[in-house]
This record gives sequence, structure tokens and C-alpha cells, in this order.
Amino acid sequence: MSAHAGGYTADPRIRPIEWLPWIVAIAAFFALPDYLALGARILIFILYALSLDLIVGYAGIITLGHSAYFGLGAYVAGILSAKLGVTDPMVQLVAAAGAGAFLGLTTGAIILRTRALTLLMLTLAITSVLLEIANKATSLTGGADGLSGVVVAPVLGLFKFDIFGKTAYLYCLIVLFVGWWFVRRMVYSPFGTSLTGVRENSLRMHAIGAPVYWRLVLVYTLSATIAGVAGGLITQTNQFVGLNVLSFESAGELLVMLILGGVGRIYGAFVGPVVFLVAQDLLAKQFPEYWYFGIGVMLVLVVMFARGGVLGILDGILSRLRGKA
Amino acid sequence: MNAPQTLALETRSLCKTFGALTVADDINFQLEAGARHALIGPNGAGKTTFINMLTGVLRPSSGHIVLGGENITQVAQASRVKRGLGRTFQINALFRGLSVLDNVALAVAERRGVARRTWRSASSYADIRDESLELLSTLGLAEDASQRILDLPYGKQRLVEIAIALGLRPSVLLLDEPAAGVPSLESHRILQVLDNLPKHIAILIIEHDMDVVFRFAQRITVLVQGQVLVEGPPEEISKDRRVHQVYLGEQRHA
Repeated sequence: MSAHAGGYTADPRIRPIEWLPWIVAIAAFFALPDYLALGARILIFILYALSLDLIVGYAGIITLGHSAYFGLGAYVAGILSAKLGVTDPMVQLVAAAGAGAFLGLTTGAIILRTRALTLLMLTLAITSVLLEIANKATSLTGGADGLSGVVVAPVLGLFKFDIFGKTAYLYCLIVLFVGWWFVRRMVYSPFGTSLTGVRENSLRMHAIGAPVYWRLVLVYTLSATIAGVAGGLITQTNQFVGLNVLSFESAGELLVMLILGGVGRIYGAFVGPVVFLVAQDLLAKQFPEYWYFGIGVMLVLVVMFARGGVLGILDGILSRLRGKA
Repeated sequence: MNAPQTLALETRSLCKTFGALTVADDINFQLEAGARHALIGPNGAGKTTFINMLTGVLRPSSGHIVLGGENITQVAQASRVKRGLGRTFQINALFRGLSVLDNVALAVAERRGVARRTWRSASSYADIRDESLELLSTLGLAEDASQRILDLPYGKQRLVEIAIALGLRPSVLLLDEPAAGVPSLESHRILQVLDNLPKHIAILIIEHDMDVVFRFAQRITVLVQGQVLVEGPPEEISKDRRVHQVYLGEQRHA
């Protein structure tokens, strides 16, 4: 499963192996009925990581504040339901997407004039400001106690969210599928290829007449939109919103997931959250105090020995096998 | 005096100061259509500053830049490219992780206004790919089209540097030391390419290698300390005593 990169000779057709994650996801639905809540969480984080991969992996925008858009989406869906009585999941999701898009566009237009460390600090600042607003606006967000009383009506008026998480799992899977399809198309488009150009050499992109700034604002907005959708999903499946959705620790964790899986290859965003969240689940049961230590060790190993993440390791093994054959 | 034909590029009283330091001092420069013009001068003469003002990276302190009869002094870098001003870089500015073909295709796609499209796949734009391949074959790079820049020998990377600029179909091309760092044994490839560049493109070349300059240029401008010291055809420049003094590092004329 090599890296997915656009380009004017890249074959955009879906390779057989790309169906594997979906087969695994559907198999897991039948085989692991007790883990569907964790499964839905993983699916949501895959979508969230996918949105991050678009800007970090493809456009080369470094950020520690992606939780701003995820968190805003989560709160918008939550407030709509708990405070305004809008319980239709589709409406909530569209609103979360719109909020993510709006914040992505307005903040992106400002911060993308900067780069490197300044940009990193500004992304941190945005999510910190939002966290503080959510903390103080208790009447709307519940502050540190969180926002409870989130009600989600049946999907399309037909499929009720059940306590086993069956509906939630399939619902998240479908939204993820749509998100993946969009991202994949974009990566293989001329626009996606030009983003790779910006990542590889923004000086030269300017010199060939590309409106680099606008390209970055656009991809940042699209990424924030997807992150907003992921945030909406987490509210709908948890039926609760806590301040942690906006914390920069969660943005950092997301980056860790993406790096574990592999950056700039689409499916790194699939592998990373699975490895991270399953490890978290297992380690937290075994070593409730020290589970983060295990994650840390994994990250150190990946960064030191496998810069392409888990998928990078697989790539290496595959090409070695082919070399011998 | 009326110019017989429109100038491809012209600067009028172009000045650039950084605080008390003057790096471009009243530069009046004319590049004729289809010209083969060289800009030479010792290190620190202000050649790079001049190029950066032409391309729009630096804003001049005063004076005007006119491209094809249009005043572009206030025009942004990307829009100058759209108006036909292309450049190459002294230090390779390539998309190192991408294939040779994609390096050129990115430029072709920008020129054709395709690059912002988000829906159809890039490879479905066969015309972009074909044009890029054709351009590469005219530079003798067709066989390397699928190679990544990272895996390409340095001399060929210098050719890709030129290929990207040609993908923009410029009317004015600024070549910033195209043979820089290339061993003289290999530089004949680059010279060949320079000789075969389309005649309608007006070319300004910055170069330290005098063999390249005198072989290529029909006109030479010598820049010293931000000022035009002398301008003329190669025969005159090669005999000019002041130019010799500058290049031999002697005391400059009083």
C-alpha cells in the first residue's frame, strides 16, 4: 500500500487493496459487537486524521490547533441539540461542517500569511482561545462540566441510535466513506498536485505564477470542514461534549496518530487511529496509570526508525520482498 | 528616439535602497524582443536584487518596470508570470520529491489555468501531460520523465530548472546562472539547450562563466555597485578597460 500522491501520470483508479479497510470495518461490525462504541470512535478519528493529513501531509501546513475545528463542530452539533432542540443528525452534521468551514476560512485567511514556527504558534493560539470561550460561556457550553442532554433523532427518521452502538458505527462508517472519497479525489486532482508542489517548494510555486496563499486557504477550509464533521459525529455518538474536544493535547494526539500511521499517504490516517486507540484501550486496562508511556515508546520508535509510520514499514517490507522475487 | 520595435522588458530609473545602502542605483535597462542579453558584474554588484525586482519578489524604492509596454511596477509576482515573465533559479528550486514530468506539468497546468481544479484527476488532463513530455523531449529529458528529481544527476536537474520556466511559455525569460555548479565537461549540454531556446523569447542571462556569456549573448550589461557601468555588444565589452579593471579586482576608476 504505497503512498498516494497526485500527479499528471498517477493512476487515480481505486486499487483492490484500498477496499481492505472497508472490508475490515464491515467484518468488525459483525465479529466484534461488543466493541462498536470503540469502533465508532476509531472511525471518527480516522476522518479527523484524514482532514489533518490533507493539510499536514499534502499541503505541508504544520498545525497543533486542528482541535479548534473539530471542537467547534462538536459544540455546534451539541448546542443545536441541547439548547435549540434541533435533533436531526443530518442538520447537526451540516451545521458542524458549516461552522468548521467558516472558522477554517476566517482563521486560515489570517494565519496562512505566516509560516513555520509562527504558523504553529498561531494554530495553538486559535484553539486555546476557543477553549477559553467554551470554558467561560457556561450557559451555552456547560463549561468545565461539559454539555449534556444532547438528543439525536433517528438518522433520516429511520435508524435509531441504539445502546449497542450499531447505528452509530454504521452511520460513522458511511460518513467516513464519503469523506474519504472526497479527500481521495482531491489528492489526485490538479489542485492536490499543486498542493504537493507547495509542500515541496513554495518558492517555485510562486515563480510559476501559482496563487499559493489562496490554494492554502482553500485546502485549510476544506480540511476544517471535514474536522467539523468529525466533531459533529463525536457529539452525536457520545451525546455529550466536554472541553477536551478543543484542547491542544487532543490536537497533538491527532498528530501522533497520523505520524504513527504515516503522513501524506491517505491510509496513514486509517492505520494511526486504529493503532493509537486500540493501544490506548488495551494499555489503559493493563496499566491505567502509565498507558501513555506505551504510546510514547511507539512514537519514539516510529520517529527514529520508521519515518513513514506503520505504512512506511509495510512499504519497506513489500519492496524488499519484491526485490527478492 | 523612437524604438523600432516594442521592448520586451524595460526599467526606468530603477532604484532600491536598504536603509543607507543603495543596491540598485538609477538602472535604465532595455531588453529587446528576442534578445540574447547578459547581465554580468562582480559579486555584490546587485544582479540578484535586480532580478528580484523584475520578478516582483522585491519592491523597488523608486522607478518603473515595463513589461511588453505595460507598467508592472505594482503588479504581483504571480500576475507578472501570467503576463509572460519567467525565471530560473541559480540554486535549484525544484519539486524534489516529484517526477521530472510533474515538475514541468505543474508549470504547464498553472499557465493553462487547470491547476486549481479539484474534481477530475490530474492524469485525465492528457494535454498537460503531452505538452510537458514534448517540452522534455526537446531538452533531451524524455527518458528521465518518470524519474524523481532526487534521483537525477545534478546537470540534468539544471535542465529541469529551465524546463519548468519554458512550461510557462514566457515572452521574457530570466536565467539566473543556468550553468552554476555544473562541471565544465557537462556544461555543453546546457549551452546546447540555451542555443536552441525559441528565438521569440527575450532572454536575460546572469552568468559568471565568461565562456558562456560571450558564446551566448549578443549584448552585455555590466553592473557594478548597483549601477550600470557599461552596456554594449560583446566585442566592445571584452575590450573595455573599466570592465577589465573590475574583473581583475583592481582599484575601480576614480
